Amino acid sequence: MERTEAELIAAVLKGDAASFEPLVQKYSPRVFATARRYARRESEVEDIAQEVWLKAFSKLPSFRGEAPFEHWLMRMTVRTCYDFLRGHQRNRESAFSELSEPENDWLERFVTQPETLTDNADAAKLLIEHVMEKLSPPARLVITLLEIEDRSVKEIAELTGWSVPLVKVRAFRARGEMRKILAKMTKDKYL
Amino acid sequence: MNLAELQKKLIAAARANVPGNQVPYAFEKRVTALLVSRVAPDDMTLWVRGLWRAAVSCVAITLLFGAWAVLNPTTTTTADDLSQNFENTLLASVDQGDQAQ
Repeated sequence: MERTEAELIAAVLKGDAASFEPLVQKYSPRVFATARRYARRESEVEDIAQEVWLKAFSKLPSFRGEAPFEHWLMRMTVRTCYDFLRGHQRNRESAFSELSEPENDWLERFVTQPETLTDNADAAKLLIEHVMEKLSPPARLVITLLEIEDRSVKEIAELTGWSVPLVKVRAFRARGEMRKILAKMTKDKYL
Repeated sequence: MNLAELQKKLIAAARANVPGNQVPYAFEKRVTALLVSRVAPDDMTLWVRGLWRAAVSCVAITLLFGAWAVLNPTTTTTADDLSQNFENTLLASVDQGDQAQ
């Protein structure tokens, strides 16, 4: 008979570390999907996921079971991704001259024939990845959660541990930061 | 160039690009094996480990000071002897009193 989540957690807390495996198996796809929003290389994604599970295991005694385990785990995942972003800020220093040919073509077409562009173009995806890499860690986190994942301010506050006003302030700053990056990118290219 | 429109288009591209949720083969096995090997020791073990480390450090410091004391014997001269100087100063008034009588 399959054990429930609460039973598995109780067993882990009693010292049976092997009971953690079904939880890892069940929730790893969500952890990996979230980590892939913030890290490009698969090795980095795996490091983040591993870190999340190590933290989850060591902090399991603090899980009170009032909210679903998944919510608790996702908070930990988002915070680990944020720590990863803060620790890997080197990429922000790269220049826009490093844009690939498809990215440059996409930008060119945006200027000349914007109506012909599709949102789903691979070049646009690469370009937004470049732009996201240039954002500061809080700006990148808030843009991802608010604009890309379409979460509410309240949800973001719960996930990140920031207050609601702080999320709003950071969202405002993040949009400004993104606009500045886009302005610089287009200025570098067209002026 | 319309930056707001460019921002909108790029955000739409990011939304369309949903990251995959595939997990590397046997990831859960590796994580569980790592956790089992790292299971935290109980409080008593932690205390014993800490005390042993402290004891080793204390012995090392004692040995170092012992060696230093043996290898550098200080030669005390009357001029350098602090305790003698201190005593002389303290008893100076008594000595002066004796001489006056």
